[in-house]
Amino acid sequence: MNTTIMLFLVQDGITNGAIYALLGLALVLVFAVTRVILIPQGEFVTYGALTYASLAAGQMPGTAKLALALGIGAFAFDLFVARKALHGRLVVRSFIANVVLPAIVLALTLSLAAQKPPVAVCIALSLVIVAMIGLYLYRIAFQPLAHTSVLVLLIASVGVHLALQGLGLLFFGAEGQRGPAVLSGAFTAGALRFTGQSITVYAITIAFIVALWLFFGLTLYGKALRATAVNRLGARLAGIRTTLSGQIAFLLASVIGALSGILIVPITTLYYDSGFLIGLKGFVAAIIGGLVSYPLTAVAALVVGIVEAFSSFYASNYKEVIVFMLLIPVLLLRSLAAPAVEEEKD
Amino acid sequence: MQSRLPILVFALVMAAIPFIPGVPPFWIVLLDNIGLAALVAMGLVLLTGVGGLTSFGQAAFVGFGAYTTAVLTTAYGLSPWLTLPLSLLVSGSLAVLLGLITVRLSGHYLPLGTIAWGLGLFYLFSKLEFLGRNDGISAIPPLSIGTFKMLSAGSIYYAIWIAVILSALLTTNLLDSRTGRAIRALRRGHVAAEAFGVHTPSAKLLVFIHAAVLAGLSGWLYAHFQRAVNPTPFGAHMGIEYLFIAVVGGAGYVWGGVLGAAIVVILKEVLQSYLPLILPGSGQVETIVFGIMLVALLQLAPGGLWPWLMSFFPERTDGRKPDTSLKLEHRARAPAETGVLLQVEKARKQFGGVVAVNNVSFDVQAREIVALIGPNGAGKSTTFNLITGVLSATSGSISVLGKKVDNAPPQEIVKLGISRTFQHVKLVPDMTVLENVAIGAHLRGHSGPISSMLRLDRADEAKLLAEAARQIERVGLTEQMHQLAGSLSLGQQRIVEIARALCVDPMLLLLDEPAAGLRHMEKQRLAALLRELRDGGMSVLLVEHDMGFVMNLADRIVVLDFGTKIAEGTPATIKTNPEVIKAYLGVAA
Repeated sequence: MNTTIMLFLVQDGITNGAIYALLGLALVLVFAVTRVILIPQGEFVTYGALTYASLAAGQMPGTAKLALALGIGAFAFDLFVARKALHGRLVVRSFIANVVLPAIVLALTLSLAAQKPPVAVCIALSLVIVAMIGLYLYRIAFQPLAHTSVLVLLIASVGVHLALQGLGLLFFGAEGQRGPAVLSGAFTAGALRFTGQSITVYAITIAFIVALWLFFGLTLYGKALRATAVNRLGARLAGIRTTLSGQIAFLLASVIGALSGILIVPITTLYYDSGFLIGLKGFVAAIIGGLVSYPLTAVAALVVGIVEAFSSFYASNYKEVIVFMLLIPVLLLRSLAAPAVEEEKD
Repeated sequence: MQSRLPILVFALVMAAIPFIPGVPPFWIVLLDNIGLAALVAMGLVLLTGVGGLTSFGQAAFVGFGAYTTAVLTTAYGLSPWLTLPLSLLVSGSLAVLLGLITVRLSGHYLPLGTIAWGLGLFYLFSKLEFLGRNDGISAIPPLSIGTFKMLSAGSIYYAIWIAVILSALLTTNLLDSRTGRAIRALRRGHVAAEAFGVHTPSAKLLVFIHAAVLAGLSGWLYAHFQRAVNPTPFGAHMGIEYLFIAVVGGAGYVWGGVLGAAIVVILKEVLQSYLPLILPGSGQVETIVFGIMLVALLQLAPGGLWPWLMSFFPERTDGRKPDTSLKLEHRARAPAETGVLLQVEKARKQFGGVVAVNNVSFDVQAREIVALIGPNGAGKSTTFNLITGVLSATSGSISVLGKKVDNAPPQEIVKLGISRTFQHVKLVPDMTVLENVAIGAHLRGHSGPISSMLRLDRADEAKLLAEAARQIERVGLTEQMHQLAGSLSLGQQRIVEIARALCVDPMLLLLDEPAAGLRHMEKQRLAALLRELRDGGMSVLLVEHDMGFVMNLADRIVVLDFGTKIAEGTPATIKTNPEVIKAYLGVAA
């Protein structure tokens, strides 16, 4: 084996692995707080990526309209739930958060899209749009089901994934898109060439892991989220609004998803349905990390990325088989190491 | 269990449908598809709804069934009827392989694990040369009987629906049996089931295989219905679809699988054929609407549609009492169950740095009621868990009838004649009292899954239920025999647990706070029952906080405090022991 090829594959693997790590972190976060296995995570990726690419190409992305539509839906849900105790402040607050905000963003997008805004503006708009979609989705699809079993939440998650994927086709068409690099330029170190884009990927992944760690370790909201993850009822009794925790989790997950999308769309062409597979690889990392440990998930994601890079070089036909089968020995080890003692309460 | 009449009516209706004049041939195709999906969903009902094991990988087992027959009939020219057992065998044995890896996983690893191998297998199907890669295999021969070839959707219709109805019957039979009760106990956790001798990993593997074989059957039928196979219908998306068929229908109900299949298949069809008329020109509108309707359906009926539908037809519980004149064989006994039954010698249990049980020694003699008392956190329940094998001791030894049983699993302990109740009631709430109690007699029955499916277990089953009914009568809950255990008051549920423990035919009964939640009269009745059991030759070891109850009942009392034994003796001496008073009141009297 050639050392240059090996180094090159490792580098490629680490870049992909960093993205999987981000997605894995988001999945762990959402699952821990809301018990939702977030299959639509992949759609957050494609929505972020394709919104960004559309904006950069001077097109109007349909996702901005979706955000407003979902916002109106969320507002309706809020009104319906509070119908017996409606008071002005609540209505106004919900109206601003769910209707006015996406309307402003939509107006902004409409006015800016045609002028091909600079990269930074495109990124900011894409992130805000997808973040709102994530937030409203939680309100509409998952919050009413928060008390049900993991299985029901999972199926709902599949339903949301299907709907979002269909909408993705509607918004972005069947053709793939690529976006402009977030950071252009490159330098070489020995045989390896580092592009600005790959450096951005590393930097942002590390920054996010550190930020999440600080968030959960030091802030009150972070601690509230952890408390909700451990025991919903207990957290409620201690005065933590569990719906708020769910909203924060979804907000973070959609931002992380969109960001991952924006980071990879300059490297690979993305289609409206590419997200599912990318999200699933994040899953593989999350499962290896046991759905609880952030550092372990990050390390596992790097392994997944590297294994993928090597298998696409040596056995490209079996790339996916190898990546997903990677789980089997891990699961085997886990089940041998820790026979489950905990009792299920559904 | 339910009567067979509705099933017979259903079968007749299904048989008559193709003969109704004017039924469009297309409806028959839809019904075929419903039947195929229902078979897979039925397996998932047992696996996920009843057994609590969520699998996304069922589509892969459909693929195993379909590809097995496709390869064998096209490349080797075997008859489809010959490949039927082979298809089932392939799905079943691969289920053993995958099951051994996955079913031991707890909680959320399991569904995620099944997604992973489901996807992996899908890619394998589409890459392997001898499976025709992405193109698959075509020109599969049709099913035929003599010269009659099942070429049309109408002719294979009967093959499919006979398979569906037979599978549903076999599956309901299985659930209504000794093995079925063990399976139904799985979802609520394994500790209670294991305490009565159920080997839970095997029970899980069993439902896993059952579901895989049903999926394989569906795949075999699919291959001969479509007469061509390719990887698409066996991918992750289908695996997910089967699961939500089961959930939409009502994941705990065999017929919910059939209902769910009908709803999903018809809904998809309607959306595909009518939506383009309303919203022309757009590609995947039906997926969007389908996804939204799925979420809406779950929000309206999170338990699925079958239970919702059934609530309009309140079920008449058959109030028949089992024939209690039938005698069940006794548990296989040691030659003499006398002298020291249980000897705990310096038992110690550490959780990290916490010493929950600190070198505790005591014994229980034959025909004796021993009480284990102590303030909260004294290590009483941990001691119980050490004796019954739920936890293994850090050091020290536990012997039964003079034989060391250190670290034996719960299933072995119960075989020695030690049965227990739990501090936190562990009954299956959606099973009747009778069925719950019958789990206690699990080891005294012999019928396996196959004989249960074929109803060859009825003699054995009648004896088990008779024994359960006798024990329910003994504890005074005859009135509640056919009620769901979850509907009883907490105190009554504790009594049900005692009846279940008595079904073991034990020599030593371990009761963890049996009197908690009981009223005064009920406590007196319980005390009388326990005395009667002792006089009949049984020993009792109980943990209890009600001092009045303990002092009047126990022959001997062992007092624990912070994991350490501080006193042992008759009730009279314990009452005046200064150490005990100090532990309870904080000051020396």
